[in-house]
This record gives sequence, structure tokens and C-alpha cells, in this order.
Amino acid sequence: MDAVMPRLTVERVQLAYGARAVLGDLSFTVGAGEIFGLLGPNGAGKSTAFAVLAGLLPAQGGAIRLDGELLSGSDRRLRARLGVVFQDPSLDQRLTVRENLFLSAQLYGLSGARAASRITELLQFSEIADRAGDTVKTLSGGLRRRVELARALLHAPDVLLLDEPTSGLDEASFQRTWARLAALRKQTGLTILLTTHRPEEAERCDRVGVLDGGKLVAVDSPNNLKHRVAGDVVELDCDGPEEVVTLLTERLALPARVREGRVIVERERGHELIPRIVEALPAGRLRSVSLRRPTLADVFLKLTGHGLDHETLQ
Amino acid sequence: MTSATLEMPAAQNVKSTPNALAQELATVSVLVRRDLLRFFREKSRLVGALAQPLLFWLVIGSGMAGTFRLPGAESVGYLEYFFPGIVLMVVLFAAIFTTMSVIDDRHEGFLQAVLVAPGSRGALVTGKVLGSSAVALLQAALFVALAPLAGFSYAAIAWLPLVLVLVLIALALTALGFALAWWLDSSAAYHVVMGMLLIPLWVLSGAMFPASASQPMLAMVMRVNPVSYAAAALRGSLYGGTVPGTAILGGGIPMQITVVALFAATALATAIVVCYRKR
Repeated sequence: MDAVMPRLTVERVQLAYGARAVLGDLSFTVGAGEIFGLLGPNGAGKSTAFAVLAGLLPAQGGAIRLDGELLSGSDRRLRARLGVVFQDPSLDQRLTVRENLFLSAQLYGLSGARAASRITELLQFSEIADRAGDTVKTLSGGLRRRVELARALLHAPDVLLLDEPTSGLDEASFQRTWARLAALRKQTGLTILLTTHRPEEAERCDRVGVLDGGKLVAVDSPNNLKHRVAGDVVELDCDGPEEVVTLLTERLALPARVREGRVIVERERGHELIPRIVEALPAGRLRSVSLRRPTLADVFLKLTGHGLDHETLQ
Repeated sequence: MTSATLEMPAAQNVKSTPNALAQELATVSVLVRRDLLRFFREKSRLVGALAQPLLFWLVIGSGMAGTFRLPGAESVGYLEYFFPGIVLMVVLFAAIFTTMSVIDDRHEGFLQAVLVAPGSRGALVTGKVLGSSAVALLQAALFVALAPLAGFSYAAIAWLPLVLVLVLIALALTALGFALAWWLDSSAAYHVVMGMLLIPLWVLSGAMFPASASQPMLAMVMRVNPVSYAAAALRGSLYGGTVPGTAILGGGIPMQITVVALFAATALATAIVVCYRKR
């Protein structure tokens, strides 16, 4: 990756509202054809980073480069190379799917027969062709997301930016969205940059930037990130989790944390630990004990000291 | 469904680098077409566009008919006097409602897609203002067609200045509405400004009642209110040039239209500046 020029370079990007820093010295690179995810809870600065990258908010410091060229929000040539998928709809609810796509295509200089054939292709790719004549407000949330993706791909961008692409979608739609993104990358070499608060979504990326309080605390592949969590994760479902943490620390000298109401213990050879934990706790405290491999949610907890469900108050 | 293969066709003839001007014109055209598509899509809006001001004209018109007296022209009834005012009201309300939608549209609507596209913010403002103006003018045209009901004959109307002043005041009011909507960025705040500024601009324009020499304060407000010049030019055009009664605004139709043109240019420039400044 280092040998060739990255497709996208983010260098020390800063943004503050008054005295409150929302993004502090954000730096990372995304290679051509790479899928890069920014993982963090609500309030971590993901949406702000997305708005800056999409050219909607000017950064107050730092630079964003596309193939080495400085990218400014007003540069139309470079903006034509970006495709943007918003979390909130960017479609006119009262117009049909096809009307929306035609209007959007023209924003990128695509009209007439060229636009029509491109729209037909994308309606098929997004599996929405049978609803092309329906007004957007009659579509379900999942279908609207598919139209949003089609809209962002009309002009065949080199870089696709997605803000929380699967938030609120069910498991089947999540899988299908990712099959679609993977096919896009494989077939067209598209570079994809997305924000997410879902660890299972970050797992799908080639590399993940862990964002907390407007700062990147780690950038690595999901596997390398997971190696930072030692061995196994023992998860306890129990009454009074805070108290259980204290008990485990006092009696077994175990580093335990609470996440989403459950007690999490990271340890090599976790299976040997389980009988000792069960014996150390008062009878009836535990509802269940589970042993599993670490996820990116565990990584986030380890790196930041709080869970991904935690809302950062800034 | 999940078994289907996903074939993304190679994008052929899709990437294009049109010149800057073509890009800007395309952006403007997209926004105008979108507003027109939406307007003609909803038949209820077409009916409402005609029925609501008609009702307003007849109810207020007949309520005021007994007491109204136009200084210097006692033969002019209130329905006749109020007619150009109602045409202006149609333009103002259309401008208010089409630009109020900008507040949501910008954060969770089509304008997001426009903002990330290559077209400039200047093109976005121009397109939105032209589209909203077109909708406002279509609604106003429906009402102007009723002019004979108010006692104006088609033959006597000075059509060129009438069309000119309607186009200019529609541009001015939609640009003003856009600037306020973009700057305030809140529907609640926009409603307050609508009640405190936009509606009073219309009420105090001579649209509802003429200013008389016995109310110098009111006459002064009307003189500095740019909408008064649109009301006067519109009234003048309907009469084919000579307005019955004593006019509070000096100057003829050309001067009045010039003032409205300046108002439109200032409002449009303000809207563009606000759109660039406020992200």
C-alpha cells in the first residue's frame, strides 16, 4: 500500500464548534480499491468526518487529497469523482424512483439515452427495477437505501462515501447490501469509505479506523485489531454487573469491564477461567456464562474504555 | 433473492467532464424541472392554488365592501381594489411554501444530492429560486385569468408590464424566502419570520388598503416597502396605465418595475451569499 499513492489521503483534519473540538487531527489513507470503515459510537465525530469528506463542511485545518490532488469542497472536477450515500434520504419523496435517478444523473452531466441506459443498469444491480415507476414515499426504508446507492453510482465515481449504510436494516438486507458493495469493489475497483457504529459491519472492511471523541485511536485490519484483545472473551450475564466486576477484581484479580449490562473478561485460555469465576461469585448471581472469540466491539471497549453503545457527551 | 448474482456493468460513456457552464445550467434545469414535476403531480395543489385565494378574495372582499372608500375614486369597489392584492398574495404564499421546504430538503432530502454534486451553490440557489418562481407564477396566472370577474377587461390590461412585474416580484419573494430558510435553518423560526416580516410586507404594500395622507407613518412604511412598488405596478398594469384615485407612491410603472427589479437582484444576491456562508 505504501509503495503506491493512496487514492484518498486525510491529513490532520480538524474541526471545532467554538471551543469544542469535534475532529482532532484526523489522519488516515485509503488505497485504491480498498474498503475502509470509520468505527465509533454516536458523537464520536463520524458524521462530521463524513460531511467534511463529502465537501459539505469545510475543515478548519488539514487537507484531503484524492490521488494526491488537494480536494476542496468547491472543486467540481474532483467532486465529480465522489459518490455519496447519505444516511438520511437524498431523494424527492414525491417523485418516482426513475424521475429521481434521471434528475440526479443530470447533476453529473448525464442525460438522454446515456442516462436512461445507465439507470436501467443500476436499477437491475440494486434489484429495484420492478419499483422504478413508484413514488419514493411508497417504498420501504430498505428499498429506499437501495435507490440511494443507485443514485450515488450513476456517474461511476472512483470513491464511494457511505454514512452508516446499514443502520436500521434487518439481517437479510445487511447481508445483501454487503454482497452488493463487495461485488462493486471486485468488479469495478471502487474505493469505499464508510462510517459505522456496527462492529459486524466494520468486520467487513479491509481496514478500520477506530474513532473516539473525534480522534482516531487505532487504524488496522479487523484481524490485527482483534489480536490486540488477548485470547478469549468470557461474557457473564448476571445481576448487579458493577458489583460482580468488583468481586472479580478483589477475589481473582481479573480485569473485568461492563458493556451493555454484561460483564466482559478478556483472557488467554478462557475455558479454564470459567469454573473459577462461577465458584467465586455468590450462588444465583449468574444467569449465563459464554466463551467466544473477540469481536471489534471488544476491541473498541479495550481501546477506549467504553462500549460502542456509549454516547459520547462532548 | 440472495442467490441472484450481482453483475455491475462496466460504466461506459458515463464519466463525462462537461464544462463549468454546462454543469451549472444542468443543475439549474434539474431544480426547475423538479419543482414543476412536483407541482403538476399533485392535482390537489392546483385546485388549492385557485380555490383558496378565490375564497379569501370573496370573503374579505364582501366583508369590506360596505365600509371601503378609495380616496379620489368612489366608484371603485373593494373587490376591484383587492384583486391585484390577492394576485400578490398568491405569489407570496407560493414563495413562502416552496422555500420553507428547503429547510428539510437540505438535511434529509433531494438538496443533499445537489450539494455533493459538481454544480455550485450559486446554481443551487438560482435553480431553486427559478423553480419556486415558476410554481408561484403558474398559480398567479390562474388567478389573473379571473380578472374580468373583478371588472378588468383583458383588452385594457397592459400585459407586458403585468408579466414583467409578476416575474420580478416572484423572483424577489422566493429569493428572500430562500435566504431566510437557509439562514434560519429551522421551521419554527421561519414561521415566526413569516408572521413578523413576510406577511406584513404584503399587508403594508397597499395590497389590502391604500395609505392616505392622514396617516403619515403608514405612508412612509409603504414607501420604503419594496412590495408596495410591485402592488402599484400590478394595479397600474391591470388598469392599462392610469390608476383611479390618488397614488401614494410617486413615479409611473417603469420606475416601480425598476424598484422591484432591484429588490429581486438584492434578494437573489443575498440568498447566494447566505448559501455559501452558512454550511
